[in-house]
Amino acid sequence: MSDNHIDRKVLSDLQEVMEDGYLYLLETFLSDSEERLSQLHEAKDAEELGLAAHSFKGSTGNMGAMVLAELCQQLEERVKQRPLYGIEDLINRIDREYAAVRQLYCAERQRILIG
Amino acid sequence: MSSQDVLTVLIAEDSATDRLLLAAIVQKQGHQVLMAENGEQAVALFAAQRPHLVLLDALMPVMDGFEAARTIKLLAGETLVPVIFLTSLSEEEALVRCLEAGGDDFLAKPYSQVILAAKIKAMERMRRLQATVLEQRDQLAHHHRHLLNEQRVAKAVFDKVAHAGCLDSPNIRFLQSPYALFNGDLMLAAFTPSGDMHVLLGDFTGHGLPAAVGAMPLAEVFYGMTAKGYGLAETLREMNAKLKRILPVDMFCCAVLLNVSFQRRTVEVWNGGMPDAYLLRATGGEPLPLVSHFLPLGVLPPEQFDDHTQVVPMAVGDRLFLLSDGVVDTRDENEQLFGAERLRQVLIANQVPGQLFEDIQAALAHFGGQPRDDVSMMDLCMVESHALSLPPLTYTDSGQSSPLDWSLHLEFRAESLKRFNPLPFLLHLLQEIHGLRVRSGELHSVLSELYSNALEHGVLALDSRLKRDACGFTEYYRERNRRLQALQEGYIRVGLQVEPLASGGRLTIEVEDSGAGFDVESVLGCSRAGQGFFGRGLSLIRGLSQQAQWLDGGRRACVVFVWVSEA
Repeated sequence: MSDNHIDRKVLSDLQEVMEDGYLYLLETFLSDSEERLSQLHEAKDAEELGLAAHSFKGSTGNMGAMVLAELCQQLEERVKQRPLYGIEDLINRIDREYAAVRQLYCAERQRILIG
Repeated sequence: MSSQDVLTVLIAEDSATDRLLLAAIVQKQGHQVLMAENGEQAVALFAAQRPHLVLLDALMPVMDGFEAARTIKLLAGETLVPVIFLTSLSEEEALVRCLEAGGDDFLAKPYSQVILAAKIKAMERMRRLQATVLEQRDQLAHHHRHLLNEQRVAKAVFDKVAHAGCLDSPNIRFLQSPYALFNGDLMLAAFTPSGDMHVLLGDFTGHGLPAAVGAMPLAEVFYGMTAKGYGLAETLREMNAKLKRILPVDMFCCAVLLNVSFQRRTVEVWNGGMPDAYLLRATGGEPLPLVSHFLPLGVLPPEQFDDHTQVVPMAVGDRLFLLSDGVVDTRDENEQLFGAERLRQVLIANQVPGQLFEDIQAALAHFGGQPRDDVSMMDLCMVESHALSLPPLTYTDSGQSSPLDWSLHLEFRAESLKRFNPLPFLLHLLQEIHGLRVRSGELHSVLSELYSNALEHGVLALDSRLKRDACGFTEYYRERNRRLQALQEGYIRVGLQVEPLASGGRLTIEVEDSGAGFDVESVLGCSRAGQGFFGRGLSLIRGLSQQAQWLDGGRRACVVFVWVSEA
């Protein structure tokens, strides 16, 4: 998988800022993201969907997952325009992109764990 | 980082990742962190721990950042708690909402460590500035209350001193702002032992406490010396010397000082820097201005101070009008002064003496001037001397140890006559005679008369007939001052003899001068006929004492007081 899913510079900056907390940040992001994804899927209305997209955009942006953040941004914009026809496509793309970056973050976690 | 630079920062953010990241950045800068997952938690944490700074995500579940910001700002009151909105909101409308909710700044996602550090520093500067402003405002308010309280106490103390005088005499009307003391305005009146009245209207430079601070020593000298029987010249010299000594160079006191003698029906005036005072005749006509000829008190060193006074005869019903510069310096909207001429018109037009102040105030209002709070006015009427009741003199001793058998002879020669007034000294001595204390006013009057006769008609050879009219009066006193300054020789001898009698005692006062004497029979004849000002002295002496004779061709006066013991 190509590295343009994640901004490596962001990751090295995060490690510098977080120091010993970097590992915990990665774990938090992974579990946080699972929660956001289920929120995206279980959203009962456009507003809930928009809020989840907005939050997910924030944390993915901070973690350097730029493509994923961009997709969340699109979703946040999209829910403001009715009808919501075709929005599942966008959510599916977010799912796939997350699945991709998840592996990268897991690898990063593994790298830190080994030290 | 010193402990006082460590801030407590509240972070409210629903995303655990962002919260963690933000907390790490803030902690790395040395601050303490409180964390909340939504607006409600943020408000509760704020209320409990009062952090210095709040980072708020705009969109959060339960309570969003906008509402949390409003509540936190409300709780913070006048203390500035900067709120930075954490947002990836890009629409202008959303940013405006952040500001309207009380946000002070934004931080965009993704977070930049450098920008967040800079923003926290900037907010901290604002927070400290606000805290300093509040602290200084509170200090200012505290100082202001303190100052007002001090002024109230100072005024209460001063009023006690000022009201020791006789401003409440029935022949005086006055008008003074309650804040006069702090405008530097001062109004004093007191009886001399002989029943004359000393009056002072003064105006210190400046305002506030500096203007008030000189008033106390001035009042003290005024009351002290007046009560001891000193004349205007000595009192003026002492007041000037005292103010010169204690006041800084840019502070002084304009003053007009009067000695109103109800027995002689004269007024003695010294005006240093005050607006013209006026003598208003009972018969009407042009008001006579009593003009300032001198520098204010506290300007000149004692040796250069000029204590020359002007003496003007008055008739019963004549009035003296004194005023502060607040009257003539009142300005209209075109910065025009009310001025002395407008005042003169009001004085002439005044029909009812008791309405003079009201007339002047009406004229000032009509003139359109801004009302000033430093307008002081006094109206003093010449009355029959018996119309005023003198305050009883009080003594601290019982009189049991009073000496009763003694005599004393003093000789005052030219240099002493020029600058020394022996009357307070003599009066003080005579107050030791218990049986004469109730008559000390009379004693003082008689002594004053005898002494000034000996000095003016004897040593200085002035002709009392000069004083037959107002013009001659002025001439007489000018000549008196001239001759006194030029005096080379001459003397006045004062002899006091106190003898016990079977039921009391007798005081014999002899005053002898080096002058040419006078035709006793003819002057006493005039005196009995009560002619003019110049006959009054001798008849006064005769009226107040048991026995009065003029011996040695008028060069030696001999006056006897007899008293009966109360026991």
